[in-house]
Amino acid sequence: MKENDKVTATLKDAQAGTIAVDSVAKASNAMVSNASQSAGPTPDFSKFKPSNALLKQREWKSRIMAGVIGLAFVIAMIPLISLLWTTIARGVKRLNLNFLTFNMSGVIGGMPTPSGGHGGIEHAIIGTLEVTLGAMLISVPVGLMCAIYLTEYARGSKFAKAISLLVNVMSGIPSIVAGLFAFSLFAILMGPGVSNGFEGSVALSILMIPTVVNSSVEMLRIVPDDLREASYALGVTKSRTIVKVVLRTALPGIVSGVILAIARVIGETAPLLMTAGFIVTTNWNLFSGQMTTLPVFVYQEYSKMSVTCPPNAGPGCVASIPSERSWAAALVLIAIVLVLNLVGRLVQHLFSVEAK
Amino acid sequence: MANTSESGSAVEAMPAAAGQIGAGLGASAGGGANDRRDGLDFTNAKSGRHSQDKVFHAVAVGCGALILVALGAVVLFLLLRAWPIFAGPQAKTSAVFASLSGGKAHGFWQYVGPLVFGTVVIAALALAIAFFVAVGVALFITFYARKRIQTVLNYVVDLLAAIPSVIYGLWGALVLVPAMYPFWNWISTHLGWIPLFAGPAANPPRTVASAAVILAIMIMPIITSMTRDIFAATPRLDQEAALALGATKWEMIKLTALPFAKSGMVSASMLALGRALGETMAVMMVLSPGMTYSWHWLQASKSQTIAANIAAQYPEADSLGVSALIATGLVLFVITFVVNLLARRITKKGGAR
Repeated sequence: MKENDKVTATLKDAQAGTIAVDSVAKASNAMVSNASQSAGPTPDFSKFKPSNALLKQREWKSRIMAGVIGLAFVIAMIPLISLLWTTIARGVKRLNLNFLTFNMSGVIGGMPTPSGGHGGIEHAIIGTLEVTLGAMLISVPVGLMCAIYLTEYARGSKFAKAISLLVNVMSGIPSIVAGLFAFSLFAILMGPGVSNGFEGSVALSILMIPTVVNSSVEMLRIVPDDLREASYALGVTKSRTIVKVVLRTALPGIVSGVILAIARVIGETAPLLMTAGFIVTTNWNLFSGQMTTLPVFVYQEYSKMSVTCPPNAGPGCVASIPSERSWAAALVLIAIVLVLNLVGRLVQHLFSVEAK
Repeated sequence: MANTSESGSAVEAMPAAAGQIGAGLGASAGGGANDRRDGLDFTNAKSGRHSQDKVFHAVAVGCGALILVALGAVVLFLLLRAWPIFAGPQAKTSAVFASLSGGKAHGFWQYVGPLVFGTVVIAALALAIAFFVAVGVALFITFYARKRIQTVLNYVVDLLAAIPSVIYGLWGALVLVPAMYPFWNWISTHLGWIPLFAGPAANPPRTVASAAVILAIMIMPIITSMTRDIFAATPRLDQEAALALGATKWEMIKLTALPFAKSGMVSASMLALGRALGETMAVMMVLSPGMTYSWHWLQASKSQTIAANIAAQYPEADSLGVSALIATGLVLFVITFVVNLLARRITKKGGAR
């Protein structure tokens, strides 16, 4: 309300201009009719004119601000376009079937492997999928049930308010702290030096649960109460109402929220660096042994930067192969995130109740 | 787990429910008051459906409480694992800090001090760079772009917010840092009299300034997407009233959208600050670390952030060293916690929505 007052108050200047124009018009009309009847002294009309300078100044200020805002947009776009372009341009160089279907075992320096490539990310893709799936299996049921509790059972109660505050606190946990937590948990419960994919899943689920809760709560809230009441009126129990009516209605939104949450955690590096570890061979077992994931692979190859080719190495030896592998893996990662994002929005768009 | 099994059993139970509803309807059509009462009475606690109802309720409450437990566990296990560094013998712990800091620190606060300083300075600088650009982009998308471009730009911003930090780090280290050198050099030669920009500019500029720029690029989409949503929610009538009174477009924005979105913009930037404080990979890959309280943003090896320090030192640290790093992680947790709490407080107080 206060803003509204301010709007009117500050806009008086603008209004004054319009009023001035009106009065000038009226005055001049009167004067003209008077003048035709009798030739009196002509008043000074310029006195009533709205100040053109002020109008122009305001107009110019508006234009300048439009320019500044446009400039901010352009400035913002430069690095982002550069990022996408560099990743694509440098990534496609090593991105081929060989790169996607072989792991890093047997890769020596910059020498080509017997399969004809320079190592690949098969193990990292498998690791990423398994670790993320593990995180999903932990956080989706927990997050969804927590959202159901918050919206269906305890709407507005004190405990619910405390829980939703804690969810917000949890969503602010830095990813590295989540990694430290999973590391400490496993080190204390299972002995020091434990490192496996599931540890990474636990770290990621700490980051994923609040996202799932928040998006699900939002989706459950927009389910109209009429539906719930209609269901109760038919004698359906609360739990079945929630499962068959509320969740069914909110499903597209929830699925899309989950997909976006996955897209967010799939690129996490720091927590996986200290929990899931890094190996060169493919590990299918989530619960034992280290596991490479795509973001960690990108980082590891980046930190190697380059290898030295011995002087007697053939032309097949590529000195800059680690950074090339790093860019290619980054491209795969961006592609996965992009696809997940698009699928998430598409699900929401195509199946949402309001849209159709 | 509980959820999936629950929904599974509900699917099995579905025909039964349909049957019951049907029975209820049939009863109302053909008489049989007893049946009807059975179908509609949901205070009857003895039937199997109601125990299922109770289980579902209990699971939901349990998952709510699990959030509390998880957050408690995070704090508890970090404290447990960090404890040895506080309880250990003085000589041993001071040796650990000396080896972690290259001989510069001998106690915990001495060690964590410069790290906190570096973390806060870099994050604040990143926010200062990102805020105006991000708000500008949000204004552009909401008020200046055409409808069709608007939807495309919204997708782009959301996508950019989802790009993994390791890719920002890779790009920052290999593309941005070399490209920034002429700019930093120019600033240090022309504005070098300001202590902040004192030269000589490091080459390659793996400095606080470059790290802040890469962080700014990372948090910009976050601020943009949040402020954009609030700008879009500005009451249409306010805008039209302003325009009808003869306001120019900028005056309309200044008088309606900006006051409306004030608290939202502040809380968005606080949340972005929280993200910047905890960012690990991009800083680790771009910044050349140092342990000082230096304000020279263009010189290398001056500062380091807590998160990047943990990730960088963790692989080589021994058991006591890991405890020390986890203790710094707790400090980071407290800082981000406070920032996030402030952000929520401001949103609540502002109450624009």
